[in-house]
Amino acid sequence: MNPLQTNTLYPVQNSIGDMVREIFPASAVYINGFITIISLLMLVSLLPVFLIWLERKVAAHFQARLGPMRVGYHGLLQSTADGLKLIFKEILKPEGADTFVFFLAPILPATATFLVMTILPFDHHMQVADPAGGVIYVIGISGLSILGILLAGWASNNKYSLLGAMRSGAQMISFEISLALIMLLIVMVTGTASLREIVLSQQGTILDWWIFKLPVLGSIAFIMYMISSTAELNRAPFDISEAESELTGGFATEYSGISFAMFFFAEFVNMFVSAGIATTLFFGGFLAPQIGIGFLDSVLDFLPGFFWFFLKTFLIIFLYMWFRWTFPRLRVDQLMYLEWKMLLPANILLLMVGGVFLALGWIL
Amino acid sequence: MDLQAVNNTLPEGFRSAFNYDETSEEYYLNMGPQHPSTHGVLRLVLKLNGESVIEVVPHLGYIHRGLEKVAENQTYLQNIHLTDRLDYLSSHINNLGYCLAIEQALGIGVPLRGEYIRVMICELQRIQSHLLWWGVCGMDLGAVTTFLYGFKERELITDIFEELCGARLTMNYFRPGGSFVDVPDTFIPRVRQVIEELKRALDEYNTLLTENIIFQERTRAIGILDSAKALSYGCTGSVLRASGVSYDVRKNDPYSIYDQFDFDVPIGTVGGSFDRYRLKMEEMVESIKILEQAVQSFPQGPHRSKERASYKLPKGSYYSQVETARGLLGTYIVAEGGPKPYRIKYRSPCFSNLHALNDMAVGHKIADVVTILATLDFVVPEIDR
Repeated sequence: MNPLQTNTLYPVQNSIGDMVREIFPASAVYINGFITIISLLMLVSLLPVFLIWLERKVAAHFQARLGPMRVGYHGLLQSTADGLKLIFKEILKPEGADTFVFFLAPILPATATFLVMTILPFDHHMQVADPAGGVIYVIGISGLSILGILLAGWASNNKYSLLGAMRSGAQMISFEISLALIMLLIVMVTGTASLREIVLSQQGTILDWWIFKLPVLGSIAFIMYMISSTAELNRAPFDISEAESELTGGFATEYSGISFAMFFFAEFVNMFVSAGIATTLFFGGFLAPQIGIGFLDSVLDFLPGFFWFFLKTFLIIFLYMWFRWTFPRLRVDQLMYLEWKMLLPANILLLMVGGVFLALGWIL
Repeated sequence: MDLQAVNNTLPEGFRSAFNYDETSEEYYLNMGPQHPSTHGVLRLVLKLNGESVIEVVPHLGYIHRGLEKVAENQTYLQNIHLTDRLDYLSSHINNLGYCLAIEQALGIGVPLRGEYIRVMICELQRIQSHLLWWGVCGMDLGAVTTFLYGFKERELITDIFEELCGARLTMNYFRPGGSFVDVPDTFIPRVRQVIEELKRALDEYNTLLTENIIFQERTRAIGILDSAKALSYGCTGSVLRASGVSYDVRKNDPYSIYDQFDFDVPIGTVGGSFDRYRLKMEEMVESIKILEQAVQSFPQGPHRSKERASYKLPKGSYYSQVETARGLLGTYIVAEGGPKPYRIKYRSPCFSNLHALNDMAVGHKIADVVTILATLDFVVPEIDR
């Protein structure tokens, strides 16, 4: 007998899954798996297109201008056009670059983000897989994208790329520790590392979300999560690995065409994943924001879970964009100082205080 | 290792010797002429140890146009427009410096209204230049939004200039004895409007960038230049004043009617990047003060003294100096009596300020070189001429 219960691996416990199981009982596992992967691929390829448009629009309105307006309604098709342009562009490889590594590097971050997407709980029964150690899986897989950036900088045979790669390597590895510790806090108070169960532990009203349920600590943990995930995403004010005013393009200096687009796309999907995990950990994931008034709650519940998931996630994405278009950039050593001397001790303290809260039962 | 071969491939101009030690992590990085934060075509070669700067060598000549040589083959009036091309962000002030030298040589006076126009236009130009600098400075430090905010208010001033003389960048407006045309009727109301707008905008700028903790951490104690060094390098403008030396040509050697206006010369204490930044912000406030006074007492009358048929400078040498947005611009004219100058030499502030770059940058990180470049506020065509 197969030790890996394929039925539990790809349950697809929704009406589509049930329909497939009814019609093709024998091959339902494979068909359902195929359907989930295709739909996830579609999401992964459409998300960055929309997010890039959103980023440009948000940036434009922060800067008192309009942004893309020509292609499609309010420029909605602008990033599709840009993406198409990038696909048809010539892929250049600098002289002296390591061919294999140079072309392998852009694939790794894209793969990593896709793999993390598979365990995001979009709705009650909209999750490709729900491993028991979901949080640990997220931490482990997101390390892959660092590898891609390091390889890109090394293989490009360019000093600017190398500097950018080394910076981002140091940065992402350090901030990953903070990120893991914050996730650990939530895992500790919920008693489970499965993302779906973390969401389900927040059922009830808004006050049952972990950001409020843990008095004070929840909000502090969320702020810390935002800081370290912004750094982890290489976004301003922590975008020292690209730092266009210092390193021209950072690790992506020598990339062109679709290989550049891969980095770019991975960056934006990563932002979505990061915001999605924040939603899952702190904002009750796909649960509707109930406020305790019976009539309103039933209306809010009527809307599907993925609507709430995407709404919350995009609000957090807007926060990331707000940071980017407001703050100046930190310097390399300041960034390291922030992590090792401020965030990390604060994190450990947070974890300890969280343990005390848990032991005393100070959870709302 | 073949030392001869290695030596031949090393970049030129470094005073510190190359470290041949195999454990050494020294390397050279070429920054510019095409680099986002060298603004124009300034080329720096950095000698680095990891991210730390060991030595900086600037290379010039990428935008050398021989303006001083060209000037020898043109008449005095034809040369005015060439001074626009020195520091294109303070072209009015450059025009003024050149015209002052000619007025001094020929003894031409300027009517009061002409002087008021000069002072007001120069101060508007100074603010306009500083606004652009502010935007670019923020962008160099990673805050892209400041770039567009700076341009938004700058546009109001540029519109005034456009209505005034038809040009937005290379003005060619002043003439010996005044300016080639009087200001339009809308000038004073528009200046009033700019003053109002700027007061609001400067508050906004301070909230957005100056008070930002990241910005302060990035600029404080970066690129410190003490006053003795600043003087010995011949630094002028806010670079010198940030080091604690109170020298402003408008105050110490007043030209035009600057002595009739009440304004302060802000000075710094440490001489770091934040001081230089703060000074420029305060200079804008002082310029607004001058504008407010000038708007109050703007006189009627002719804008220019009687035009001459030809401008032939008597034999001799003439010097004038003005305070541009970047520092002291000196114009030295050697005349031999003909309609063309024998030799013109400009003493440009950016060229002198550039010398201090190595002293400031040594020991800092690459990112700090960008900060220092941003607060030194270079306009490269002025360095090369």
